[in-house]
Amino acid sequence: MTEPESTCFHCSLPVPGDIDYAVEIDGKSRPMCCPGCQAVAQAIINNGLADFYKYRTESNKSSASLIPDELINLDLYDNPVIQQNFVHAIDADVKQASLILEGIVCAACVWLSEHHVEKLPGVIHFQVNYSTHRAQLEWDERRIKLSQILKAIGDIGYLAHPLDPNRQEQIFKKERSQAIRRIAVAGLGAMQVMMLAVALYAGEYEGMDANLQRFLRWVSLFITTPVLLYSARPFFVAAIRDLKMRGLGMDVPVVLAISGAFIASAWATITNTGEIYFDSVTMFTFFLLSGRFLEMSARQRAGRAAEELVKLIPAMATKLNGSDQQVVAVSELSCGDVIIVKPGESIPTDSIVVRGSSSIDESLLTGESMPVVYHKNDRVIAGSVNIENVLELKVEALGADTVLASIQRLLERAQTEKPKLAVLADKVASYFVFALLMVAVIVGSYWWWADPQQAFWIVISVLVVTCPCALSLATPTALTAAMGQLTKLGMLTTRGHALETLAKVSHVVFDKTGTLTEGRLVLSKTAIFADKSEQQCLQIASSIEQFSEHPIGKCLLHSYAGNELFSVNDVENEAGKGMRGVINNTLYFIGNADHIRSQVSYDLNDSTFKEYQVVLADQKQVLAGFKFTDKIRASAVQTIQQLNALNIKTIILSGDQQTNVDQVANQLQVTEAYAGLTPDKKLEKLTEIQQQGAIVAMVGDGINDAPVLSKAQVSIAMGQGTQLAQASADMILLSENLQHIVTSINVGRSTRAIIRQNLTWALGYNLVALPLAAIGWVAPWMAAIGMSASSLIVVLNALRLTVPDNSSDGNS
Amino acid sequence: MNILYMLIPLGLVLLGVAIWAFMWAVRSGQFDDLEGPAHRILMDDDEPKQPDTPLQNKDK
Repeated sequence: MTEPESTCFHCSLPVPGDIDYAVEIDGKSRPMCCPGCQAVAQAIINNGLADFYKYRTESNKSSASLIPDELINLDLYDNPVIQQNFVHAIDADVKQASLILEGIVCAACVWLSEHHVEKLPGVIHFQVNYSTHRAQLEWDERRIKLSQILKAIGDIGYLAHPLDPNRQEQIFKKERSQAIRRIAVAGLGAMQVMMLAVALYAGEYEGMDANLQRFLRWVSLFITTPVLLYSARPFFVAAIRDLKMRGLGMDVPVVLAISGAFIASAWATITNTGEIYFDSVTMFTFFLLSGRFLEMSARQRAGRAAEELVKLIPAMATKLNGSDQQVVAVSELSCGDVIIVKPGESIPTDSIVVRGSSSIDESLLTGESMPVVYHKNDRVIAGSVNIENVLELKVEALGADTVLASIQRLLERAQTEKPKLAVLADKVASYFVFALLMVAVIVGSYWWWADPQQAFWIVISVLVVTCPCALSLATPTALTAAMGQLTKLGMLTTRGHALETLAKVSHVVFDKTGTLTEGRLVLSKTAIFADKSEQQCLQIASSIEQFSEHPIGKCLLHSYAGNELFSVNDVENEAGKGMRGVINNTLYFIGNADHIRSQVSYDLNDSTFKEYQVVLADQKQVLAGFKFTDKIRASAVQTIQQLNALNIKTIILSGDQQTNVDQVANQLQVTEAYAGLTPDKKLEKLTEIQQQGAIVAMVGDGINDAPVLSKAQVSIAMGQGTQLAQASADMILLSENLQHIVTSINVGRSTRAIIRQNLTWALGYNLVALPLAAIGWVAPWMAAIGMSASSLIVVLNALRLTVPDNSSDGNS
Repeated sequence: MNILYMLIPLGLVLLGVAIWAFMWAVRSGQFDDLEGPAHRILMDDDEPKQPDTPLQNKDK
């Protein structure tokens, strides 16, 4: 590879030096890194949307890999049976659907996609929500088809797929709008009551007409009542649920404090004695609701990201009825049916090959990086991808009997065995709450006996002063702040405990293919054995391989930087072995060494070619050898170094062959590496490590990693990994930058420090204030001020986590 | 100070109006996208006024 000379104008990736894709934008020729980016940029310019490049604030995602694979099956979305799931008919011809848009990086993307799609004839309405990356589409069925619109979006470099709006989105929307309403009522109410409270405090000093004072108190009561009944309702509901489960969560003392203070104040208002605390009640409700709203937003964001993975990919299969081909849903298949799987399609269910042979990519299931060739009577597994030739398969197992389903069961089992750290935290909280209530009861009964008139107010003071709001805010605020910070980096936290656990991690276990490596082969070495240049050999090889769907062929073609390919005659392809073809009257062979040996008359020296997966030869001699390796991620080396520096052990658990794993392990200097592991062997190995007392963070991407991911104490799935892996992970690395794992561990550690400081402060404050309140030295209004101040300190301390330089030094 | 007996209830009515307006805003989707509109305003579409829009009607 040549040194990169410039960066792609579209996606900002380096442009390899010997490549010339350019698009004229704003009167200048701009370099592009790949045909994908070129096509996208050209489509943008051709539609008169060049302003996009002025507006945008982030680089686009590379278009190289995105477009071809994902857009193959778009036509299926026009099928009315499939459309039932996500299309809503407004009238006979006008249809409406929600779409998920992938690839949106900044507001200019929204502008671009909206303008591009709204220009299409037949599109009535198209609006993108920038916060959620969801779009609303309305179109006229007579003038344009859904697949055409999706394709048009694909043309400008975004990936759109339909979303079932009934599933999650509606629940999210309802939750959100209800939370905003509650906050609005609490916030507006709190402001009003505060205003009145200021007047009342001033009245205490300056003297106030008794009637007016009474009037103001009644008004405060009037405003606070809806805040308590409507805004604070979630706390009541949660507290009642806790009590029903015979547990004591944080909501119980919150409810006791709010309702206690409210009842006391209401009593004071009605009988016109004592103090009122309506201002504390409303402010406290407002603060707590705001905190929970932030928490909910983070949770919904994670949920949406997860939903993007569950694409509504139609599970269809082509069934063979005699000579008829019929597209049916996978659920309608039965054992013994014969189905056809074309190259590029995934195999719908476990089955046996009855006709044809082809290479099949099983990397998602087994972690094996190279496709495996299957012939007649071989068994193929659901979820793997057919690469080369058309296959006729006989269905052998369906649904729960498939290998995929058995991995899923393994996953469920591992999930139930997951260490329950969160439960422990809850337990501690419930003891604390129980202790608080006991103290309140003891103090109350003492004062009831000693001075019944004071008793009520002292109990209220005790409850307010010990109200664990600082305590209940201590952990969630720190976690919310840290999660927000990590989300900005492209590290999505889907389960709350992840950060706390990450701080304590002693081992990081990696999968190899797709995690430490990019999961894509690249040409790493070319050897020339004849009187031809490297470029010439590549040109010949690429010319033949353009007729192949095999990943190595595609990769060879991609490595060939020139534009001209020879015209090839009499191309023949033998699945998984190699190809032959005639160029300028010369017959060339390309394939593995065994294939060449079987084709040519001369002798091939075994040791010379062993290293090369692909050999190019003509009828007289061997021309060249090509070696391919799965490229190690650029960020992997440094990540492992930094983890070693943090004294964290690094381990590889891979399903791939020993030699491939060893090579990566040596290059990265990981502590231990294990190869050739099936999903259940991986699980065993992990359990073994955990039994030695290790706290393990697992990083993986494939279906075969899913059970291990859920068994590890904390797990991280790659953003481009499979849905199943992401569903079982606690965090999702959307940025694909492994270094963010180190950053996350650092953020996790500082989060833990902040949580400790917060808890120490909150507990310390409570311990100091409690005796004072119990003796009767603290009037309830002082308690309320102390409580608010202590909560504020906790929140401000947590916000320190959002300052980026705080924790991520040395790895940005 | 008797005016307060009139003004404070009036304030309560305004509070009611404010809450009603808020509810309306939530119901009509004003809070659905809190980030997008801020950017959208800056990217106003002034294409038709530009003299040179070379390939604009290519896909129509």
